[in-house]
Amino acid sequence: MSGDKVTKALLFLSSLTILLLSAGIVLSLTGGAIPAFREYGFSFITSTVWNPTSGSEEYGALPFIAGTVITSLLALLLCIPMAFSTSLFIAEYFRGTRTAGILRSLVDMLAGIPSIVYGFWGFYALRPLLISTGLTDQGFGIFTASLVLAIMIVPYATSLSTEIIAMVPSELKEAAYSLGATRREVIFRVIIPSARSGIVASFILALGRALGETMAVTMLIGNANIIPKGLFSPGNTMASVIANQFGEADGLKLSALIAIGLLLFAITALVNAAGKFIIRRFA
Amino acid sequence: MSDTHTTEPVLKIEGLSIAYEPGRYAVKDVSATVRRNSITAIMGPSGCGKSTLLRAMNRMHELYPNIETRGDILLDGKSIFPMSVIELRRKVGMVFQRPNPFPNMTIYENVVAGYSLNDIRLKKNQRDEIVENALRNVTLWDEVKEFLFRKGTFLSGGQQQRLCVARAIAFNPEVLLLDEPTSALDPIATSKIEDLLGELKKKYTIVLVTHNMSQAARISDDSMFMYLGELVEAGRTETLFTTPKDARTEAYLTGKFG
Repeated sequence: MSGDKVTKALLFLSSLTILLLSAGIVLSLTGGAIPAFREYGFSFITSTVWNPTSGSEEYGALPFIAGTVITSLLALLLCIPMAFSTSLFIAEYFRGTRTAGILRSLVDMLAGIPSIVYGFWGFYALRPLLISTGLTDQGFGIFTASLVLAIMIVPYATSLSTEIIAMVPSELKEAAYSLGATRREVIFRVIIPSARSGIVASFILALGRALGETMAVTMLIGNANIIPKGLFSPGNTMASVIANQFGEADGLKLSALIAIGLLLFAITALVNAAGKFIIRRFA
Repeated sequence: MSDTHTTEPVLKIEGLSIAYEPGRYAVKDVSATVRRNSITAIMGPSGCGKSTLLRAMNRMHELYPNIETRGDILLDGKSIFPMSVIELRRKVGMVFQRPNPFPNMTIYENVVAGYSLNDIRLKKNQRDEIVENALRNVTLWDEVKEFLFRKGTFLSGGQQQRLCVARAIAFNPEVLLLDEPTSALDPIATSKIEDLLGELKKKYTIVLVTHNMSQAARISDDSMFMYLGELVEAGRTETLFTTPKDARTEAYLTGKFG
């Protein structure tokens, strides 16, 4: 066999491994989830009861789905103004300057901090701060988790939006300036409209990250298996209920946790696909 | 305006030097004039500073930090530098090398982009009139009148470039700067733009950067030849092409370099 063919075969095998691995993950998740879905059917998704007491066992995923969706959307909402203005600052206002370069590396550095460190920081620094405002007794709950989640996804959204904004051709900006537009007008009438779909996609991809984020959320959300009643109410997310309970789970409970994992996988995959679709389609 | 019509040049460049980096001049001590209602071609090999000179005329260099400009440019006898840059750019419109209609705007919106970008509110019939006039002036009206509300980017390159000319003249500027406007176009689209410029000079003063000598010979009234940042020679196109005074001009015109 020629060297070319060997290389080709090796590359093909590695790619095949990736394919087999992802298929295997989906298959084993689905297989593990079957008992729970067979037992509860569709009501697994709509039920709010999570009762592991043997004899009266019953599992419903709605509190976790709600917790995941609420914290992620709230985090996204908090993240948008921060990430959007930072990326405009780096990619337009201070484009090519030292300041922008430093800020960009700081953003990348934030993206590299491990989740557990964010959780730790939230637990020991942010939580006491929130308690001191008097809005919450324990400092755990939806808001605390969302705030830390927001800080965690800001670097991703910023870094993607910055690239998208920097990609707006300078010819377009010059065309607008040559027509007598001011910088503000160029930003709001030319740059943002041209980069809009890319910016939206970058926030969708950031949402995808928020949905699956586990450690920091687990440490801050309060881990109550209920549908959250308010901003400062404790709750739980799909990722953190799995993290908290998988060690002591077997039988139907294990199957229920696996089913939650499968649902989370599906939601995250859908959100990421949507983000990538928008980027490919419009950017 | 009427009394200056024949006597005073529209643009007067006085000792202009431009450096992208300290001490490294892309344009060196250029002095020249541009006559009203004429086409002035600036030619020269790549890197000679012709685009740099052109972009000084509407102060485009101010968009980028660290570009140093010395000397002066007078528009109708007044220095452009103390002027509001927005006012200046409305009087001195620009068309770029590659057609650059705004991709998020329709053909109609592109033509009036100068107004909408500047928050100038117009009545619908005023806007319609401006759009139709500008598009007629660039001979695009008959080709696009059915698709005014489609995106400008679906047009051919030549049509897009005429749309960009329409966008620049919709403000009724005094001067129209064109930076190699046909270098991305095919010969047919190029000749359409050239014919168009011949018509437009009746209303506007046109300054055209080109690396295409025959284009300069075909359509310009006056020519400037630049080399290594210097303005080597300037004058009536006919004179400059038939009896160049400088050996470098002659070498360029006879194809010895460039």
